Amino acid sequence: MNELIDFVVVALLLFAIGIYGLVVKRNAIRMIFSIEIIANAANLNLIAFSRNLHNPQGQVFALFSIAIAAAEVAVGLGIIIIAYRLYKEIDVKEFRSMKG
Amino acid sequence: MVDAVFTGIAILTVGSALVALEARELVYGAIGLAVCMLGIAGFFLLLDSPFVAMFQITVYVGAVAVLVIFTVMLVRTQALFSIKEDRGRKAAGVILLIVFIGGIGAVLLSSGLSNHTFTNFNTPTIDVAEIGKQMVTYYGPVLVLLGLTLAASVIGALALARREDLGQKNE
Repeated sequence: MNELIDFVVVALLLFAIGIYGLVVKRNAIRMIFSIEIIANAANLNLIAFSRNLHNPQGQVFALFSIAIAAAEVAVGLGIIIIAYRLYKEIDVKEFRSMKG
Repeated sequence: MVDAVFTGIAILTVGSALVALEARELVYGAIGLAVCMLGIAGFFLLLDSPFVAMFQITVYVGAVAVLVIFTVMLVRTQALFSIKEDRGRKAAGVILLIVFIGGIGAVLLSSGLSNHTFTNFNTPTIDVAEIGKQMVTYYGPVLVLLGLTLAASVIGALALARREDLGQKNE
């Protein structure tokens, strides 16, 4: 049967992949993908521990987290559209005008 | 030990997360991200929380993936193909990946979590009514704040993406 540690290990793998994407990728849309993968790894942990402790609070937190992540994606993609309109590019290296 | 369903979903989820980041075309990456979210929803079903799984499918596969695909289509295609990764950064990323998996994995496996089992397997699962009761009683203020945050973010995204020059042209 599946145990708690299996789910936590899968969440760790997803988290590490997300960190790798944030470090390596310079494409703004791919960085949003990485953030989503990390958020989902956190949600998986919340649900796994909620199942383990038999407590509904973990599921409530996961629902809130999913809703916040959706809002964050909407704003992030809006910012990317603006940046693309200004710079004709979605590479974060090119977004220089707010650099000190 | 894990069963076959868990192994299948785990391979699907981790593999499609890698596809989302490494596929050459961004559209395939967006589809990979959607499959990854579906895999996470499958994990939620395995963990006896079907309500959160359906919420995940509705929000991520239904809304976020479609939004991402629309954005990818709006952005000029040539901008998507200009992959400028230097080798040093990629090597650093792979080293960071291995350090994270090795370090946190070692901590997890040496902790008491590894020989911990789901003891409450025969207890009834948490039903939707209980989640709803928690949400409107104890977490009621949080729910109101969440609604305000969502409204603010949607209005903010609309205001961000508005084009001012189009309105003047039409007049």
